[in-house]
Amino acid sequence: MALQSLDIARRSATTTPMPSVRQAIEVAKLIDVSTCIGCKACQAACMEWNDIRDEVGGCRGVYDNPADLSPKSWTVMRFAEVEQNGKLEWLIRKDGCMHCADPGCLKSCPAPGAIVQYANGIVDFHQENCIGCGYCITGCPFNIPRISKEDGKAYKCSLCSDRVAVGQAPACVKTCPTGAIQFGSKEQMKDYADHRIQDLKARGYDKAGLYDPPGVGGTHVMYVLHHADQPELYANLPQEPSISPLVSLWKGFAKPLATMALAAVTLGSLFHYVTKGPNEVSKELEDELEKEEAK
Amino acid sequence: MIRNPRDLARYTAQERANHWMVGICFILLALSGLAFFHPAFFPLTQLFGGGTWARILHPYVGVFMAISFLAMFLRFKDLNRMTPADKEWLSRVREMVDGDDHNMPDQGKYNGGQKLMFWVLAVCVLLLFVSGLIMWRAWFHLPVGMVRLGSVLHAATAAVMIAFVIVHIYAAIWTKGTIRAMWYGTVTRAWAKQHHRAWYRQTTGDHR
Repeated sequence: MALQSLDIARRSATTTPMPSVRQAIEVAKLIDVSTCIGCKACQAACMEWNDIRDEVGGCRGVYDNPADLSPKSWTVMRFAEVEQNGKLEWLIRKDGCMHCADPGCLKSCPAPGAIVQYANGIVDFHQENCIGCGYCITGCPFNIPRISKEDGKAYKCSLCSDRVAVGQAPACVKTCPTGAIQFGSKEQMKDYADHRIQDLKARGYDKAGLYDPPGVGGTHVMYVLHHADQPELYANLPQEPSISPLVSLWKGFAKPLATMALAAVTLGSLFHYVTKGPNEVSKELEDELEKEEAK
Repeated sequence: MIRNPRDLARYTAQERANHWMVGICFILLALSGLAFFHPAFFPLTQLFGGGTWARILHPYVGVFMAISFLAMFLRFKDLNRMTPADKEWLSRVREMVDGDDHNMPDQGKYNGGQKLMFWVLAVCVLLLFVSGLIMWRAWFHLPVGMVRLGSVLHAATAAVMIAFVIVHIYAAIWTKGTIRAMWYGTVTRAWAKQHHRAWYRQTTGDHR
């Protein structure tokens, strides 16, 4: 077995159970939007640790830079200017993979082992098994994975699974100068979030709360939001994300149903032949036409 | 090489070549497509040089099949117009499946079942082509809602089409003397008289 910290709980396109006798603690990253200053140190740390260097882009008149996630930008700060209670608010959200407990990407992936979920909750892409179909993008409720034009493989935040495996916090957490990004067990992070939410409520943010959406079974990246009742204020963070019913139909119910239907048609044909026999030209008709030919 | 000069020509060389272009594409598409649909079939990607090659090739083969199917559709569409006799044939298909064709109405070049097959497959190819383009990320970048709908439609239509093609292949195996029509183009007179009597009369002028 691999390192205990890399035990795999779920594996894409695999129908049998994963080794599951060892118990692992679920980890989580907590992003406290209310203490983020938008410095992008997390973006820089992510590039540095993972050795990815995106193209130098241009200025688009907003602070978002790069403008979107890409195969080489696994996390991006999204800046939103909104009005709340008659005041301008500048909301900054570090976007990236949410590491869903019920990951739509893994559910959709057709390539065995291209997407895994470690027992600690991290959802990781193993590009060496990726076939580049893009089904993970189709399955993701958060629009996270990106396919590289260079190698046709899908990429996204790994939650620094390599660092976490050896007891280190992800690079973004390590570098955050204000402590807006925290890392620990999921339980610890929820406790920490409670403490932050109390503080925000005391300062007048009545709707402050934790973003840990139950529609995807909870996430291993959670946000503390000052307006938890309106997550869409934060650059369209979805209100109630869940795996699309179309994706559940396609990669859930339809799979065994269609497989069994095709097997039934094939076996039905075989047994039809065996029980009813072939549909041959009648001897009578053959003889009749042979006689005619002889004339 | 003609075995018997009295055999009847059923398909021209062009028609046969067209049919097998579609057939070969279909087999390649079904094998690679099933591999992406259910993990049980994923090993089939080995036939194409691995998962990534299967993913790259599948849509191009699909476009080629759509084009060759269109050519075949144009060749055969007039011969596949449904008539009242076809509807009667279809309503009594159970007798046929039971292996008793004595009371089946006389059929032209195609019977009702073959015509139904033709139209079902034509609709399937159209739906697969459109939904397949929607899913083809190498060339198209469409809203995720459309891609999800396209993916479900593509999988469902493909399952229907594979099932119908299995029936198509089985019907050809079941009805002895049929497959040669698609290999080298001819059928025996007795075959024609038994299975497609109206067509037999029309081609031979034998009205008994």
